[in-house]
Order: sequence, then structure tokens, then C-alpha cells
Amino acid sequence: MFDKNAKPSPQRQRQLDRYKQLVERMSPNSDMGQGLLRAFWVGGSICCFGQFLQEAGKMWLGMNNTAASTFCSTVLVLLTALLTGIGIWDKIGQYAGAGAFVPITGFANAMVSPAIEFKREGLVLGLGAKLFTIAGPVLVWGISASVVVGIIYAIWPW
Amino acid sequence: MQGTIELRHRPRLCMGAAIAGKKEGEGPLGQGYDQIIEDDLFGEESWEKAECRFFYTAADTCIRKAGLTHQQVDVMLGGDLLNQITSASMAARELKIPFLGLYGACSTMAESLCIGAMLVDAGHVKTALCAASSHFCSAERQYRFPLEYGNQRTPTAQWTVTGSGASLLSSDENLPAIARCTHVTIGRVTDLGIADANNMGAAMAPAAADTLTRHFADTGRSPADYDLIITGDLGRVGHDILMELMKERGCPLIFERYMDCGLQVFSPDQDVHAGGSGCGCSAIVLNSHILERLRTGEVRRVLFMATGALLSTTTSQQGETIPGIAHAIVLEGSDPCSGAC
Repeated sequence: MFDKNAKPSPQRQRQLDRYKQLVERMSPNSDMGQGLLRAFWVGGSICCFGQFLQEAGKMWLGMNNTAASTFCSTVLVLLTALLTGIGIWDKIGQYAGAGAFVPITGFANAMVSPAIEFKREGLVLGLGAKLFTIAGPVLVWGISASVVVGIIYAIWPW
Repeated sequence: MQGTIELRHRPRLCMGAAIAGKKEGEGPLGQGYDQIIEDDLFGEESWEKAECRFFYTAADTCIRKAGLTHQQVDVMLGGDLLNQITSASMAARELKIPFLGLYGACSTMAESLCIGAMLVDAGHVKTALCAASSHFCSAERQYRFPLEYGNQRTPTAQWTVTGSGASLLSSDENLPAIARCTHVTIGRVTDLGIADANNMGAAMAPAAADTLTRHFADTGRSPADYDLIITGDLGRVGHDILMELMKERGCPLIFERYMDCGLQVFSPDQDVHAGGSGCGCSAIVLNSHILERLRTGEVRRVLFMATGALLSTTTSQQGETIPGIAHAIVLEGSDPCSGAC
């Protein structure tokens, strides 16, 4: 194992391949249809609610477009944080999967859940250090990707 | 011989204790546990402290049930799933019993019984306490995600059992014997290239097959010689794979006489996917349900084999495959004439 270039012997490789096939045969797959259905109806409902918040902001609270969309995001984040704190959001997430975490609600959950979990290790080395354990990678690569896309957009000839 | 050791003095398994969490208490074996702790935190400030208290309570209950004091136990062997097995060592700090900490992942209950039985058999100690614990919440935060993070589990994923079990082994003739330990088979680390940490059953099944095969070869026995063969936490997937592997090796297990603690500890409607897992899984099932069946004579000879997945979050992230291990111990119920002869 310590020889980096060593390949498994043909016999060992056959054993590994056969076992891989056996495991694939024995392991149940996720139910795609059910997963999609749940993700779409919950995700769709969250987005409809978000749209409602935006329209409500404009119609009844006298907000302009920018203020209304900020209002929508803030309310969704607040509600998710609240539901995470009282132990309901993880159940919604388990049920709906991507339907719950693709909207901004997923971001709120990804920030609040480590905050709750790691506060016992202290405000600095616990909460402070671990707050971005889940959202961190998304931010790093999300921002990096947006920079790259931004540069391409800026130098694109049309 | 390939790792099997015959215990000539047949050390006694005198007592067992199982302390389980709420969800486990609601499972099909809920009646048998010594204590069901409704509060996940067990009155403590953190999951780690709670798990430590589970460990302590199981050990303490077991010793008291046997009518002994902590001072009368010569050695304690045990471990848990957390980094540096802190639940076990911090419980040992309170118990003040000479302590050997063990890490065998989910195989720890069997590992501790194997070593304890050998120590007692050899006459080095009179009384040994073997224990293991796990806690869903402490395991989740160490190995996976924060509890409140709303992620989905795959159908092959398993649910870490909250609980702790302890067994007392002794050569003392005055103590009752629920069962006697006759053989141990020490596991070999086996890896058939599974890297999916959400499919531990598949990672551990080859180790279980290896230990079983060696055990049968060494003892000249077959699955039919056992009333029950028990695996620790292979879960649905690992259970089926092990059946298949043993069939391929020409030594098929008898379906009715094979049980997996991970499949018994929860009922399918408890949303645990492939079943229970963790050191506590085999520990609480052995020390309640199985010892009870041995005590009543419903089963006479069982092979208890707990399996462990020897991975860490670091090795997983570095792309290492998951090595598995399985240790086995044979427990025989006392003979019907044991009082007389």
C-alpha cells in the first residue's frame, strides 16, 4: 500500500470488482420520483411564499423593488433560523432535500445549525471557528465562480 | 489456528446492564433495558458529557446488579466512538477501576469481551467489566453534520444508537453465571474497497465473513452448531451481503438463526433507514435481549460478533477506503445441571 504506483494484483482487482457489484446489487437506491416530488412541492411553495412577501412589501408596505426583495430574503432567513432553533427545520430538510436547501432557507439553516451545535465549545473557538463549516465551502466556491464569470462578462466582446 | 482462542476455564458472564435512550426505548426491544433515559442530554450540559454518563450508569448498574462494589472489579475494558474515547475514560475517572481503553469502532463490545474473557481465563484477574457506549448526537456532530442541519440520509445510512451496555465477567464461583465464554476469534482488518461512509454495512460485511469463516475452520463447527449467530450493526445492507458472502464461501448462515442487532434495535417505522449502528447498538442488545434469552435457556450457544468500521472523518476526506473488523466470542448458556455438577 505504501508503493504509490502499485496496482492491485489481477486477482485482487477481480475480487474488488465482484464485491462492488454485489454491494450495488444489495444496496437500495434513493427513491428518485418521491424525492423529486417532495423537493418540487416544498421548494416551489417556499418560492411562492417568497414572491408573496415581495409583492406584499411593494403593495402594502410602500417598498421599491430592491427593498422588497431584501425584505423577502430577510423574512425567509429569519423564519428558517427560528424553525432551525426550535428543531423543526431539520425535519423539513429531511423530507424535502434540495427543495428546502436550494432557496435562501438552506443558507440560513447551514449557518444557524453549526452555531447551535458548537456554541458549547465557546464563542470564539466553538461558534466563531465552526460557524462556516457548512456554508463556508459554498461561499468560497460560489464567490470564486462569480468572480470568474464576472471577468468573462467584463471582457466579452458584446 | 487463525485467531481463535479456546478458553479452557470457560469464564462466567455473570451480569449485564443496558442503558438506552428514548428512541431505543421505543424500539421493539424496549422492554428489556435496565433503564431508558428520556432526556438525550441525561441532565448534562453537552452530548459528550451525556454519553459519558450513559457509560458510567451502565457500568455502575452492572456492578451493583451483580452485588459487587467498584473496588471488587479488577479491571474495566471499554470504549466508545468519540475522538480519544473520552466517554469511556471520563467514566473510568469516576469509577476508579483499573482501566484499559479500547477502540474498535462499533466492534468495541465484542473486543472488550474477547480481551476480558482471556484475562479472566488466564487467571490474571478475577473480575473484569466490559463496556461500550455511543450517542446519536455526539456521533452526528463528530462524523457528520450539526444536529439541526436539514440534510437527507441515503437509504443505506444507519442510525447511531444512544446507549451503553456493560457485562461483568468473572471466575468467581459464587457469582451467578448467565453464560460462559468458550472461544474468542480475533478479527482481521479487511477492506474490499468500499469508500462510502453512508454504507458502513457493506464496508464491514467482508470482515464479518472473514471472522466467521476462520472461526468455523478453527473450531470445526458450522452455522448449525449455533442457536444464534449475532452480528453487531451490519444493518439491512450488511446483513444481506453477509448472507450472500457466506453462501459463496460454501458455509451459508441459517436465516432463522442469524440476527443483526442493528436490525432488531429499531423497528422499520422509526425512520432509521438501514438500521441501528454504533458501539451502543450491539452493547445494549447483548446485555438485555440476548443475555435474557441465554438465561432462560431459549438459546444455548450463541456466537456474538460485533463489527467495526475503522474510518475517521480525515481518512474519509482523503479518499481512503473503509477498513472493517469483526471480533467474535462464543457464549454458552449454563448447562441445565450446572447447579448440581
